[in-house]
Amino acid sequence: MHEWALAEAVVSTISRIASEKGLGEAIGVTIRIGELQQIDLDAFKFALEQLSSQYSIRAKFEFREEKAEFRCRACGETWPFKREDLDPDISEAIHVIPEVAHAFLRCPRCGSPDFEVVRGRGVWIESIRGGG
Amino acid sequence: MMLDPRLSVIENRLKGVGRIMAVSSGKGGVGKSLIAATTALLLSERGLRAGLLDLDFTNPSSSVILGVSAAHPIEDKGMIPPEIHGVKYMSITFFSGEEVMPLRGGDATNAFIEVLALTRWGNLDYLIVDTPPGLGDTLLDLLKLIRGLMFLVVTTPSRLSLETVRKLLALLRGVRAPVIGVIENMLTDASISVKGEVERIGARFLGSIPFDPMVEGALGNPKKLLETKFVEKLSEILDQVLKIT
Repeated sequence: MHEWALAEAVVSTISRIASEKGLGEAIGVTIRIGELQQIDLDAFKFALEQLSSQYSIRAKFEFREEKAEFRCRACGETWPFKREDLDPDISEAIHVIPEVAHAFLRCPRCGSPDFEVVRGRGVWIESIRGGG
Repeated sequence: MMLDPRLSVIENRLKGVGRIMAVSSGKGGVGKSLIAATTALLLSERGLRAGLLDLDFTNPSSSVILGVSAAHPIEDKGMIPPEIHGVKYMSITFFSGEEVMPLRGGDATNAFIEVLALTRWGNLDYLIVDTPPGLGDTLLDLLKLIRGLMFLVVTTPSRLSLETVRKLLALLRGVRAPVIGVIENMLTDASISVKGEVERIGARFLGSIPFDPMVEGALGNPKKLLETKFVEKLSEILDQVLKIT
């Protein structure tokens, strides 16, 4: 379960930052979830819950989902990620390593593989609020 | 504040790994992938727990060398690498298949971080890292992301290769990265060994591997590869490497 590994990364970061910044106990954490990584939010929440108790974290999690958008570096075209257009195996590969999109997706206008993921790549921690 | 959580788990993912050796050269076509893959196979043959990580995302070849076809990592709280002839093996080819995957530096860095954050190596004596050519992003990422990384440097007898190796060694020395030594690969009867040059640079010369035409026919067949003169010579060099590391 890929979501578990990402959740482990999140709680590990919360624990480290709370300690480094002297936040005391983390009480609220906002997580941005990029569409390209296709996280199963229920599985991710479950993993966060389980791991939080292991790390003695009692923070409330807020999630902000971000649509993925690509921009062609060759012609400037922008386009959204459309999971429904992909073969399930390709979709799964992009779920594990989003950069694999460069193996399977091309600019819909000029066909170039040289595009950037403008937004919505993966999981980020936007903020950690401490209780003092 | 925007934090990349993946960076926090990399150390944890590698905590069961005794030593991590990057096989590097700066120059392409010197046999890095072959030396990395066969070193991992040799370590396993000697009863050591070995892993191989292919970081050449745009031109991975270790899967061809090892003859990997049906194997795939198992998803279990991350990715558990499959064992290929006793070697735990991770490559982006498990996900990109045979498609061409051109990546700019930032994307390669992201893919590298993702692989490090997801792969559960478990306990290993040695993790061998097959690196892409060049002195750019991947090399800098390796130095930044993997603590205690040691470098096994590969050159050919060509001055073109040696000049790049000279730059690589200067870079590694500048950041105080441990260099195990330099292997000279593809020595032919017409070659003049770079042993003296390497030693003048101040690096340890580990040995020369003569060009072995039988290797080509053994690609994809680890058992056959292990029987080549190439591997016989590499095995002698490995004796030294194991003493040093």
